[in-house]
Amino acid sequence: MGNASYILSVLTFFPLLGMFALLLLKGDDHIWIRRLALVTSVVEFLLSLFLLRAFDSGAVGYQLQEYYDWIPGLHIHYHMGVDGISLFLIILTTFLTPLAVLCSWNSIHEHVKEFFAMLLVLEMGMVGVFCALDLFLFFLFWEVMLIPMYFLIGIWGHGRKIYAALKFILYTMLGSILMLVAILWLYRLSGATGNPTFDLPVIQQMLGQITLPWSTELLLFLAFFLAFAIKVPLFPLHTWLPDAHTEAPTAGSVILAGVLLKMGTYGMLRFCLPLFPRVSHQLAPEIATLAIIGIVYAALVAMVQTDLKRLVAYTSVSHLGFVVLGIFVFNPTAMEGAIYQMLNHGVSTGMLFLVCGMLYDRRHTYEMKEFGGLAKSMPVLCGFFLFACLSSLALPMLNGFIGEFMILIGAFDKHPAWAAWAATGAILSAVYLLWAYQQVALEKITVEKNNSLPDASPRERVILIAGSLVILFMGIFSPMFTHRMDATTNALLDQVSRGESAEAHTNRVAPASGHANIQKQSKHELAMRSVTLERRAQP
Amino acid sequence: MFILNHLWIILALPLAGFTISLLAGRHWPHKYVNLSSVTAVVLAFIAYCELAREFVHLAPQQPWIQSYFTWMTAGNFRVDFALQVDQLTMVMLGVVTFVGMLIHIYSTGYMAHEEGYYRFFAEMNLFMFFMLTLVMAANLVLLFVGWEGVGLCSYLLISFFFQKKSAADAGKKAFITTRIGDFGFTLGILLAFWTFHAVDYKTMFAQAANMAPEGLHNWGLLTSICLLLFAGAVGKSAQLPLYVWLPDAMEGPTPVSALIHAATMVTAGVYMVSRMHVLFSRAPAAMLAVAIVGAVTALYSATIGLAQTDIKKVLAYSTISQLGYMFLGCGVGAYAAGIFHLMTHAFFKGLLFLAAGSVIHAMGGEQDMRNMGGLWKKIPWTYATMLIATLAISGAPFFAGFFSKDEILFEAYAGPNANHLLYGFGIAGALLTACYMFRLIFLTFHGKPRYDEHHVHVHESPKTMLVPLVILAILSIFGGWVALPPYWGGANYFDSFLGPVFQTSSELAAKLHPDWIEPAHSLELQMTGIAVGVALIGFLIAWYVYVLKPELPKRIAQSFRPIHQLLLQKYYVDELYEAVIIGPCVWLSRNVLWKIIDVGLIDGTVNGLAFLSRGVGGSLRHIQGGNTRSYAVWVVAGAVAVTIFFVWMVR
Repeated sequence: MGNASYILSVLTFFPLLGMFALLLLKGDDHIWIRRLALVTSVVEFLLSLFLLRAFDSGAVGYQLQEYYDWIPGLHIHYHMGVDGISLFLIILTTFLTPLAVLCSWNSIHEHVKEFFAMLLVLEMGMVGVFCALDLFLFFLFWEVMLIPMYFLIGIWGHGRKIYAALKFILYTMLGSILMLVAILWLYRLSGATGNPTFDLPVIQQMLGQITLPWSTELLLFLAFFLAFAIKVPLFPLHTWLPDAHTEAPTAGSVILAGVLLKMGTYGMLRFCLPLFPRVSHQLAPEIATLAIIGIVYAALVAMVQTDLKRLVAYTSVSHLGFVVLGIFVFNPTAMEGAIYQMLNHGVSTGMLFLVCGMLYDRRHTYEMKEFGGLAKSMPVLCGFFLFACLSSLALPMLNGFIGEFMILIGAFDKHPAWAAWAATGAILSAVYLLWAYQQVALEKITVEKNNSLPDASPRERVILIAGSLVILFMGIFSPMFTHRMDATTNALLDQVSRGESAEAHTNRVAPASGHANIQKQSKHELAMRSVTLERRAQP
Repeated sequence: MFILNHLWIILALPLAGFTISLLAGRHWPHKYVNLSSVTAVVLAFIAYCELAREFVHLAPQQPWIQSYFTWMTAGNFRVDFALQVDQLTMVMLGVVTFVGMLIHIYSTGYMAHEEGYYRFFAEMNLFMFFMLTLVMAANLVLLFVGWEGVGLCSYLLISFFFQKKSAADAGKKAFITTRIGDFGFTLGILLAFWTFHAVDYKTMFAQAANMAPEGLHNWGLLTSICLLLFAGAVGKSAQLPLYVWLPDAMEGPTPVSALIHAATMVTAGVYMVSRMHVLFSRAPAAMLAVAIVGAVTALYSATIGLAQTDIKKVLAYSTISQLGYMFLGCGVGAYAAGIFHLMTHAFFKGLLFLAAGSVIHAMGGEQDMRNMGGLWKKIPWTYATMLIATLAISGAPFFAGFFSKDEILFEAYAGPNANHLLYGFGIAGALLTACYMFRLIFLTFHGKPRYDEHHVHVHESPKTMLVPLVILAILSIFGGWVALPPYWGGANYFDSFLGPVFQTSSELAAKLHPDWIEPAHSLELQMTGIAVGVALIGFLIAWYVYVLKPELPKRIAQSFRPIHQLLLQKYYVDELYEAVIIGPCVWLSRNVLWKIIDVGLIDGTVNGLAFLSRGVGGSLRHIQGGNTRSYAVWVVAGAVAVTIFFVWMVR
């Protein structure tokens, strides 16, 4: 593997450079701290656009790879690379970070230096997660990313911030530990083939050649899947999210919803599907069911929230349900829809949280009954708020529609009823978003203070315009994105379909015969398979 | 051939008007806003005229399609941003650009004193853009773009006076109710793609044409697709049971009611069904459903119209009823008749709303007919034009509505898919239509003034408002003559113009009903006689009750109190929906899903586990002591543990 390119390393560690520069500044020099953070994140964004030029949309497999020995004794490598799935997630990250910096401009007053330093470390962790192709490296970035988020919520949050931060970290850590065990287990399995490694492509290849015992594969799958499902979050593992979002500072919510949740769905695409295609297929109906329950359930719960930010938080659960559904119907249209929806959700929900933050900056509350009639005093801000709502409720010609519609097309092909249930989410999203908009922006102003609130400042307009342009652009020119995903999704689905045939062979041989019969058969197969595995493992 | 080769221009003009007015209009004086928004629509109409000239010159037998770029593609799914024109599109485009233009001009007068002038025109322009997209789309998904887009503009414009709670509620209700229909519409598109592997009309219709027509009882894919799509039409065109949003939509400014909730957007469902005629003609069960929904709605909503006292509400129920007629026409296979009624309805109902707006304007905002009366002398132009429109909608001979409604009723009675019961609904509705419309005229313009003449200074509207009224009045008289049937000495140019579009379906209908024979002209004349007679009876009833015996309505209301209340309260359907669907759904979400399951069950379990582990591991409390050094110790310890574990494993 050549090391012709180092753009991914630059992208990953550039924010770290910015952070160190930040640490050199005096702690009370707030203006320059902010400026430096902004410049760093904007430059990072511009750098990430080079990825688009460097990326070859026709090529299959990882690109722009970097491969070095890192800890040879433990077979740990520094292996980075991108494909059609991670490409835009990296750009999403670098796009949202400057917005997060900008939205914190005047709302962070304490420990300003530390705040922006955390934000940049967080960015490094996120970009690293999307680039890492070595399991150990991946895990490292994964953990690196959690810590700053924990502090962002715990230190700069509001309300029950400690409770929320702890809940966030405990939930995620539980998943992390499971994932760590699974990673080590995989390492051990690779060791059994005589070539111990943490390298993802190698492990993937290995798993394609040997057939693991069903129970092993199942446990490994579940360990990874649980870690990611908590992150997504998939119903019923979602209750950390409303708390974390509500108490986090705006920048934290934007990054949390915009990028961190995608780590879950990204992980499913990167690990669960390619490494364990058989189990993925086997469990797809159950996972899709949970996803659909999440779509409807979270939408219904969102509908009755009185706290605007909590409402937006629940919409995330609903929208991410769409993504998970799109992944687990194994259809190229749905899968690209799912990836697209990940990006959409990042931008639209990010923008909704940004608006929440701007309202909070003015009134220090998220309670919707404290607002009302704001379109009178803040027409511009409310206009953008409505625009974000429309994007989130999947109005055609805006980004959300494309992702949802592709997912529905694919899901319908697999199972019309799934598509039908998921499509009710479109009705409900209109209900809760328009209801929220009405409570905040329409009707008469009831609270005296709201009469004199200032409309969006130039800084806020920059944020909102940037988000809106992306929403509009993604709603119209979707092929510019999806073309770059084609090769990757097709290859991934090929791989998964091999799992399907294997699975059909083992478990769905005799659908007519009883349950016990199937079990007996698979037990037999399992025994056969573990024999082959051992034979291969010890040549 | 310039516009034919650049169809996008027609879309781009209102979009440009929208963008300019929205971005720059806030601090502009009205005339600049007019210059961007009204000019854009006028230019769009001029472009349409040129397009019409080119189109007639070319006279294509196939749709003229132009594809611009790929909008969505993934897997085998692909949607192009492609526009098409054929005869059906030309009719719709004409209606939309022409009526749209008139209403924009009218609005410059009507909205002159309202706050948010620029916002109004920007949103109207956006509406025009989406409506034109809807009728020019060359595939089902792009049609859906326009479909949802006009829904958005409808939402924005209904809640234009957003500080009124009722307006904000009405806008939201309109959007959500139509979205319920769009749920079916979406599934219809999904099923259509699943069936045809394409969403563009050309491919879909080519394949559908090769599919065997389905039966009334053996449903297949086509029937399912059609029924699902029709669900969308039921929402958008305010038919039973999703009509409830349209009366509330009258909260919007009157020009909005005229343009969106009478002339154009609400007819989108009729257009869509006609556009999909290749599918519908092969799905008799779906056709029957369309016809039944249309006929029942036509009668049902006419009965409500009888008892309403708000002048705009009467017109709203009248619109619902007339849309029912259009669906009845489509449902019995007379698509051209349905579209014809759509066109004449756009003229006379647009006119009725604009005239009602003029009345409201004259009365200083009063909408309740009980507080009007005797206005005809003071606002003669408004009165004359509104009377013409009323004659047209009631089916007075040789007015526009006369030809179109007759054609629908005749097809329902004697066409290949005739259904005498539904015809009965239609003719009963026609009686009520004449009755409630003349009730409106008599209550508003005749009798003694029932308002305080010292406080309300009734004045005729400015010219910008009257000119559109007069133009529409002329069309309400003569607009129907384009389809003058043969027995009146015409050649039904309208039908033959639309011929290339609907020909396959009429041939198919003839094939499916081999025993059907073309009815004689004498029957047609008899039917016309019946329809006119019925309308006359309706008029006479209204005249007797509201002119001869003005004290009678109160007595009727008292002696038939339950029925009157039922009609006045619109059969309590809103209350029913609230009690049966909305209330329980919200209650369930709040008290069960959120408070019990989310906060209680799931979170409770998590927190319970955390509490439990804290109790058990009490000695580990200092782990979370908040001391940075102790965190560091633990990190190091963890790292050591992991390393040991590794070494053990690799060994």
